[in-house]
This record gives sequence, structure tokens and C-alpha cells, in this order.
Amino acid sequence: MSANRMSSTPQEQAQAPKRRLWAIYAPMLWMLIFFALPFLLVVKISLSQTVLARPPYVPVFDLPLEWSDFLDRLGLFSFEAYQGLFNDPLYLDAYLSSVRVAGLSTLVCMLIAYPFALSLTRVHPNWRPFFFGLAIAPFCTSFLIRVYAWIAILKDEGFLNHLLLWLGVIEAPLQIFATDSAVLIGIVYSYLPFMILPIYVAIERQDQSLLEAAADLGASPWSAFWRVTFPLSLPGVIAGALLVFIPAIGEFVIPDLLGGSQTLMIGHTIWVDFFDNRDWPSAAAAAVLLLALLLVPIWAYERLQSTIASEGL
Amino acid sequence: MSAPARLSSRFAHRYAHRLVLLAGFGFLYVPIILLIIFSFNESRLVTVWAGFSTRWYGALFKNEQMLSSVWNSLVLALASASLATILGTLAAYGLARTPRFKGRMIFAAMIYAPLVMPEVISGLALLLLFVALDLDRGLPTMIMAHASIGMCFVTVVVQPRFMAMDRSLIEAAMDLGATPLSTFFSITLPLAFPAIQSGFLLAMMLSLDDLVIASFTSGPGSTTLPMRIYSQVRLGVTPEVNAISALLIGVIAFALLAGALLRRRTHAHAH
Repeated sequence: MSANRMSSTPQEQAQAPKRRLWAIYAPMLWMLIFFALPFLLVVKISLSQTVLARPPYVPVFDLPLEWSDFLDRLGLFSFEAYQGLFNDPLYLDAYLSSVRVAGLSTLVCMLIAYPFALSLTRVHPNWRPFFFGLAIAPFCTSFLIRVYAWIAILKDEGFLNHLLLWLGVIEAPLQIFATDSAVLIGIVYSYLPFMILPIYVAIERQDQSLLEAAADLGASPWSAFWRVTFPLSLPGVIAGALLVFIPAIGEFVIPDLLGGSQTLMIGHTIWVDFFDNRDWPSAAAAAVLLLALLLVPIWAYERLQSTIASEGL
Repeated sequence: MSAPARLSSRFAHRYAHRLVLLAGFGFLYVPIILLIIFSFNESRLVTVWAGFSTRWYGALFKNEQMLSSVWNSLVLALASASLATILGTLAAYGLARTPRFKGRMIFAAMIYAPLVMPEVISGLALLLLFVALDLDRGLPTMIMAHASIGMCFVTVVVQPRFMAMDRSLIEAAMDLGATPLSTFFSITLPLAFPAIQSGFLLAMMLSLDDLVIASFTSGPGSTTLPMRIYSQVRLGVTPEVNAISALLIGVIAFALLAGALLRRRTHAHAH
């Protein structure tokens, strides 16, 4: 009895995790039902055949299920949807064009965000939180509204063309709206805060005495920037690039509202397949392939985050 | 470099930085400002100014479809963010306090994946779940969908708070005879409250803003504000959409400002 009381600490240690487990299993169960299970369903439906019905696919297996039934149903497995993806140039074009537009947008974002973030860190410390908040605030307004605002600017009779015609820079209105350029502008505008934030953080936490040391050793501000500030800010740049590139690839709203009929992006294709063509297996197969495409950048991002966390940067 | 040269170069640098800031803020704010200005335009044409008018705001408050979609959005955001906060806080607590348990890796992966998942995929996957479960689509399915995505964001925001918490406070409470449950509610939870609050607001904002996942999981009569705006925008740019956008921006600007002032005041009190 007394020995038991003495060893209360190990007993508590053994019990503590058990008590905490309900805190894990409730959300875990939720995630299994609302995240893992839906994914299996996407894979499952991507392997079924398209039919014109409700729901518009032949189920491969449904519960309740008997073993013989299961074997019969296995015969219904079909790679038809995947074959369709590879045979239809539309999908391949959509993939390539998504990668191209997202990659280009990421690059432009970087070129705008870096000088901007750098200048933000050079603002007087008293004013810095205010300006930083001002830079992030547009991000809090509705995504849809920010994309919508660009329609009025980029249209043939929009503000930009009015301005350029008035300035005499152009003689006929530019066709920007409903092109890939408009999609690019929309993505850059919408995702710019994702790029500004990590770069700003990476520059701001640098020790300013490093720059003073570089100057004392005779480095010009230009070479001090390229040899000190820039290399130290690279993790922020890479994090920002992935934070822009990953969601931009699957973007639906921006190509839908700013792009034209020739704009192909995979997120948009999935939506159209699903809602307009009612081809669920193709939409599901395209979703599976999009996910496969994103695994590398997502993995890279996770690696980067854990390196940053472990090095305490 | 001579002293005057260094001074003038520093001067040039300061101006270069100001120019960059001006250009950057211009890029960020000009589209929003144009949108707000033209919500007060008399004309139906949104790019030609024809005089000041508030008629589109008047039209907005008579548009019952718009008003009901605002109501749907608010119900959806509050319900899904509450659910997301409970689930996300539990998950954060579990992950922070239990370094090792079966399936931790899978659990952590499931929490982080939706943060970077394209919305089209999440929406499609959740819809297929609801079809398979034979659930009628409507507000309840949308609440479940938004709660599932929102809880991941809540977990990510709250978990560091639980990790950084001073263990000795909890041990002290236990030593003084508090049960684990009462310790959790009287010590752990209040200490994490600011982070939980931010998580709740983030989940609400995401829900209010979402078009794609809501569209996949919605049913008849559960149209949200972004869905209503989207269907109007597809028909073209109208001053009415400008008016609702300007109103939303106003609400958000007010909330941000109030939040900043409140934080400054509590900050001043703390010192």
C-alpha cells in the first residue's frame, strides 16, 4: 500500500497519456471521417466507369459487402478515367499550363515582394508594425472581391486601358482581360502577402550588426546586400515561393473570372468536369493526379519548415 | 568611400525604399479604392463616372436573395468556426502533450495536409463523402466541411501555445489537489485562450471567404454570400456587386482597426 503511494509518479505518468487520449481520438476520428475517407472515395471514384446516371458512376464497391460480391465488383475496376486523362490533350495542356502560370506568377511575386519586404524592414521601428499591418490587411478582405476588382481594371474598356489611352502610351485598347496575363496578374495580386510575410520575417530578424560589420570591412551596400542579407533571407524566399506556387496550381476562382476560353488550369478543369460535364470519374482522376503533382512541393515545404524549426532560425 | 558620398548614398537609399513602398502599397490598394469609389457611381456602367449616388446600396437592402445569403454565411461561419475551435483545440492539446502515440505521424499529416490542399480537391472529396453517406446537402454538410478545414488552422495556431506553456503551473495545480479536468479548464485553457480566440477568428474568416468548398457541399437554399457574389460576377461587373464588396471591405477594415486599437490598449495596460 505504502509502496504504491510512493510510486505514484510513474503511475501518474502511465495514466496521463491515457487521460489525454480522448483529446486525440475525438479530432482524429473526425479527421478520419472527413479527410481520409473522402480521399479514398476520390481514388475509388477515379477508378470507376462513367455512366449517365445519378450518381454518374458505376460504384466499384459499396457497403455492405460480401466477399464473392467484392470479387465480382473488382472486375468493374477501370482505368478508363486515367486513360482518358492521358489520351485527351486537354488535360495534359491544363497540367502544363497550370505549372507554367503558377511558376511565372511565383517568380513575379518574388520580384515584387522582395524589394517591398526589404523596404518594409527599413521603416523606422516605431512605424514598422503599422506599415506591416497595412501590407497584410488587403489579405483579410474577401479573395473573391479582390479578384473581382481587377475585372474593372483589365477589361477592354477598363481603367487601365482608359489610363494608357489618355496618356497616349497606346492607340488601341490592350486585350488583357480573358488572357493568361490577366490570370497571372490576378494570382500575383492575390498571393502577394504569402510572399511578403516570410521574406519580411526572414530579413527583419537578421542581426543589423552583420551589415555594419560588412560596411566596416569595406563592403559597399550593394555587395553587403548580396553577400549578407540575401543569402540569410533565402529560407523566407523559398517558403514564400512554395506558399504561392502550391495554391496557385490548383486555383479555380482566378482563371474562371479573369481568364478566357483558352485559359487552361487544372483546378478549373476539375470544376468544369464535375459541375458542367458531370464526369465524376475524370474529375476524380484529375484530382488524384493534381495531388501527385503537388506532393513534391508540399514535401519540400514541410522539410523546410522542420529545418527552420529545428535550427531555431 | 568618402563621408559625403556615403551620406548621399544613404539618402538615395532612403528615397529608393520610400519609392518601393509607395509603388507596393499603390499596387495593393488602388484596385480596392477604385472598387469602393465606383460603388457610389450613378451609372450602371462601372468604369465611367456619372455622378455620386447611393442607389446601389439602397438596391442591395431590397435584394432579398442577397440578404438571405448574408444570413446563411453568418450562420455557417459561426457554427463551423465553433466546431473547428473545439476540435482544433483538442487536437492541438493532444499533439502538444502527447509526444508519442499510435498514429501520431498520420494524425499530424492529416492536420497539415488540408492547409495546402487545393480547395477544388477538398471540396470534391467532401462532396463524394456526403453522396456516399447519402446525406442531403445543405447548411449542415457545409458546416461539417468548413469545420474540417477550419480545425486544421485552429490546431496550427493553438498548438505552439500549448507547447510553450509553463508546465510548473499545471503541476502546481495538480499538487494542490485539482483534478486533471479542473486543471485543464481553470489553468490550461485560460492560458491558451488568446491563441484559441485567434484560431476561432481565422476559421470564421476562412469560412466567410470560401467559395469553392461551399459550392461543392451546398444544396438548394443554402447559397452563401461568396456564392451569390460569384454568380452575379459571372454575369458581369455591376455596381450592386461593388456596393456589397465595399460594405464588406468596410466591415473588415473596421474589425481590423478595432482589433488593433484593443490590442494597443491591453498592451498599454500590461505595461
